[in-house]
Amino acid sequence: MADLNELSSKLIAIKDEITSQLKDITSSKAVYEYRKTLMDAKNGQIGSLMKEMGKIPNELKAEYGKKVNEIKNWAQSQFDAADARLKEAEMKKRYESESIDVTLPAVKPAKGNLHPNTQVRNQIVDIFGSMGFQIFEGTEIETDYYNFTALNIPQDHPARDMQDTFYLSPQFLLRTQTSAGQIHVMETQKPPIKIISPGKVFRSDDDATHSPMFTQMEGLVVDKGISLCDLQGMLDVFVEKIFGEGVHTRLRPSYFPFTEPSVEVDVSCFQCHGKGCPLCKHTGWIEVLGAGVVNKKVLEGCGIDSNVYSGIAFGIGIDRIAMLKYGINNIKLLFESDLRVLGQIDD
Amino acid sequence: MLVPLSWLKDYVDINVSPDVLEEKLFSCGFEVEEKYEVGKDISKVVVGLVQTCEPIEGTHLHVCNVDTGVNGVVQICCGADNVRAGKKFPVALVGATVYATAKDHKTVEGVMTINAGKLRGYDSFGMLCSGTELGVSEDMYPGAGYNGLLELPDDCTVGADIKPILGLDDWIFDVSITANRPDCQSIFGLAREVAAILELPLKEPALDYHESGEKIDFNITVDAPEICPRYIGHYVSNVKIAPSPQWMRRRLALVGCSAISNMVDITNYVLKELGQPMHAFDFAYLEGNAIYVRCAGDGEKIVTLDEKEFTLNHENLVICDGKKPVALAGIMGGLNSEILDTTAAVMFEAATFACDNIRKSSRSLGQVSDSSARFSKGVDEYSTVMAMKRALHLVEELGCGSISSTHFDINSGNSVEPKELTVSVEKVNSVLGIKVPDADIVRILKNLNFDPVLNGDTLTIRIPAYRTDMESYQDVAEEVIREYGYDHITPTFIPTAQVTSGGNNLRQKSELKVKNALCAAGVYEGIHYSFFSPSDLDLLRLPEDAPERHAIKLMNPINIDLSLMRTTLAPQMIAAIARNQKRGILSGRIYELGNRFIAKDLPLTDYPDERETICVGIFGENENFFTLKGIVDVVADALDISFRYEASTKSFLHPYRTAAVLCDGEEVGYLGQILYEIQDETDMRVPAYIAEIDLKALSKYYGKKRTFTPLPKFPEQKRDLCFVMDKKITCAQIEDSVKASCDRVTSITLFDIYEGEQLGSDKKSMAFSLVFTPADTELTDKDIDEAVEKILADLNAKYRITLRA
Repeated sequence: MADLNELSSKLIAIKDEITSQLKDITSSKAVYEYRKTLMDAKNGQIGSLMKEMGKIPNELKAEYGKKVNEIKNWAQSQFDAADARLKEAEMKKRYESESIDVTLPAVKPAKGNLHPNTQVRNQIVDIFGSMGFQIFEGTEIETDYYNFTALNIPQDHPARDMQDTFYLSPQFLLRTQTSAGQIHVMETQKPPIKIISPGKVFRSDDDATHSPMFTQMEGLVVDKGISLCDLQGMLDVFVEKIFGEGVHTRLRPSYFPFTEPSVEVDVSCFQCHGKGCPLCKHTGWIEVLGAGVVNKKVLEGCGIDSNVYSGIAFGIGIDRIAMLKYGINNIKLLFESDLRVLGQIDD
Repeated sequence: MLVPLSWLKDYVDINVSPDVLEEKLFSCGFEVEEKYEVGKDISKVVVGLVQTCEPIEGTHLHVCNVDTGVNGVVQICCGADNVRAGKKFPVALVGATVYATAKDHKTVEGVMTINAGKLRGYDSFGMLCSGTELGVSEDMYPGAGYNGLLELPDDCTVGADIKPILGLDDWIFDVSITANRPDCQSIFGLAREVAAILELPLKEPALDYHESGEKIDFNITVDAPEICPRYIGHYVSNVKIAPSPQWMRRRLALVGCSAISNMVDITNYVLKELGQPMHAFDFAYLEGNAIYVRCAGDGEKIVTLDEKEFTLNHENLVICDGKKPVALAGIMGGLNSEILDTTAAVMFEAATFACDNIRKSSRSLGQVSDSSARFSKGVDEYSTVMAMKRALHLVEELGCGSISSTHFDINSGNSVEPKELTVSVEKVNSVLGIKVPDADIVRILKNLNFDPVLNGDTLTIRIPAYRTDMESYQDVAEEVIREYGYDHITPTFIPTAQVTSGGNNLRQKSELKVKNALCAAGVYEGIHYSFFSPSDLDLLRLPEDAPERHAIKLMNPINIDLSLMRTTLAPQMIAAIARNQKRGILSGRIYELGNRFIAKDLPLTDYPDERETICVGIFGENENFFTLKGIVDVVADALDISFRYEASTKSFLHPYRTAAVLCDGEEVGYLGQILYEIQDETDMRVPAYIAEIDLKALSKYYGKKRTFTPLPKFPEQKRDLCFVMDKKITCAQIEDSVKASCDRVTSITLFDIYEGEQLGSDKKSMAFSLVFTPADTELTDKDIDEAVEKILADLNAKYRITLRA
């Protein structure tokens, strides 16, 4: 192959062969194999051309090299084009073959959630925590003193009829109200006091609408200049955050021995916004909590000077909020751990 | 408390509709639980005059032409035996609603609508009515008790609506009275409030009477003035026992009290009207011309009016004659001195008894009456004095006895005169947070009979004796605002309070972290009761001396199943799993974070230990011991601690699938598979696994500081090793040994277990993947080889473990 002409005709033959081979080729893999064969430095028709360089006379070497490079580049571009063409078709085929019915059932990761009461509790803690309230949890077993006497409910007081109490001994009982926590806090902390006290409470009541155990939360603020206006202002913020924008409170007189004045607090119906619906029994209002200005006897009993400080307190049913908020129609459902119930609420 | 509007109107000329009255009462603190027209179910019933009345042959029926006024003359078939031409009866027109009665014509079975019909071929356009069909009893209207038609007086206008005639247009308010207002536990007491609310004058019931001058030899002694601060007795002779007049019987019927006889009815009437329980003793049966009010002797007995015998103790107050107890004070009279038809003279009693004593006696004896219920709420002496006068007035008005001049008033010195209270107006307003105009304060307090005098900031009021709830400026503030209106309160956001830092504390945060981690592991949170059943302890097969049996007992449980404070969360978790399975849910994961109650001593003399505990229960095809173990590890991970597990036993768990959970060598819980026997007993269809972790024991790890470990500078090396060993060797033994042999091993993970003939029947192989993490210098292959050699040598020395060929 001392002659460049010979090379030229050889290259033309190679070109023709590549063109015709690539025309019939059917897979990118075959393109790859073919390319590999041609370009093989030892035996490949193109790859081996450089091997011949030694035999080429010096004055022709440059020209020879140029021609070989030309064919190399040309062949590469041919292979690339064929590869691209075939790959596109192959991908298309692959995608087609992998088609799925997207409406088949999903494979979900295992899920669990907090009890509705815990969810509501967390929301309440967030709201009051951000207002500077600490969370104080008393004990489920309390003494008669903390549950009643210190809250201005002496032994055999008619107000004790408001709550049927489970006794464990003449002295110890299951707390009937989280208000019991108030006294522990006021005995050990000096004002300013801002606490909420969530927890289980117990009353001897078991029927369609009552559970002998339910969950309450007490709130207490003791500081200078605290009034009924602050109670309503604070509760307005609370109910709006818990039940939604525009929900507000209404106060009406009631009686709790440890507050004076005492009020029942109704919230404007968050379902019908006051128009009247079954939830609010067509009154536009839903009774949700009891509250009042802390009775000065209670403050004084805890060693707080009622001439300097005043307080407001409220008590709310966490189960009641959960039931209202999520439309749970039976309190018993909250304590049965029926997975069909627990799985529904993830707020 | 049932309050008929007509009765209320005796004292206040109410000039508003029942709806408005309800709203006003509500906004002043008197919630009307229910309000209804007495004849709410009755409509389109008019006075009818029977013009003609012909028997239908072979039946008990009559066909009548009845004039119903503007509705014309209608033909009605009637089966009553007292239907007569020329008489007036109530006629339910077509479309009317009346009560349907059973075959006895006496038992009401709901409300029915009258349709035109045909009886024995005769058209009938309506129905002539009995009292029962109109919801009217003999007490409410004379003749209404007759089992036949209710015959109306001749002067009734034909065609007139029947409701006003029978009093069915009256309204009943069922008012809920809060415990601080015992003075409103009566019609007159509530009337005082209504007068104040409507700003109308209050008319007092008539209290006047005339004494005959007769005096008898009698004596009343009160031996327990602290329980009976006031005792008023009055002797009435020439008693003529008879039915009470219609008006009184009607009123008693409207408030749910059946009429008995004039003397008894007077005491009941006064109770409802003034809220003072009274009693009348048949004088003939009082021995020794005396009454003693004293505490009972222990073991003393009395038989009350309802023929129940009680054995008393020194805490029960009794009314005695010269020889024996004749009444359980404030609760019920004795059978021995009951008013009978033959009663000729009575000793009336109106007394004030301490509410706590009556409440306690009534509860401990299990004897409840209208009287004890009323005394339990608190009766004031003002009412006691008033009630005796009222009763005597009624005796005179009814003409049923001669009022003697033998009157006793044993008074321990309490005044029934108003008590003065001076408060600062500014202080009153400070409670409310608004400034109520002085004039409004004065007006409101005046309406409430507080006789206010305002001098600058000083407000002086005179509290009537019946208002036992008024003690301080806070009480005054409440009186003012409930009348002034809570809508005057302007919400403020605690502007005077100091800034404080809030939110969950460390324990609360840690518990929430554990809860959230469990939820992320696919476990749902449940909450169960804090009490359980003694049978739950038996279900767990706990031995007699198990600490779980040392549970705190409720003295007054609702039932035995809710009678013990739980000492383990397991039984309720088992019940929850069983309940789910019964409802067709055959797989699931539940946890509870709740307290166990561990008594220091029983009966309790100190607060018990309330231990926060996590209980996890899982069940279903894909669950096993190790999926539960994974969940238990989630708890450890959440707290950044690690648990060790050791084979263990529990009375309610699979003997070979139970582990104790340890943390730093301390046992903090257990996990395992629930016994198949328990599975069967609770009707579980699939096996279940349960774990209980004492979270309180882990609380010392709360808030563990998290620190970052820098990534290794040199690459980690992995080696897989397969060991052959005796079957009894545990995974933990190997893990511990490997870690002890080489401190560069940072992870050892089992990836295969094999048992087979090739190894021999008492052998198994376990394959582990070990990760070696370099410290300061790179680990060479030689380093690793040496480490492995040491690991093997140690395993062989300890457990005769060899490398699998």
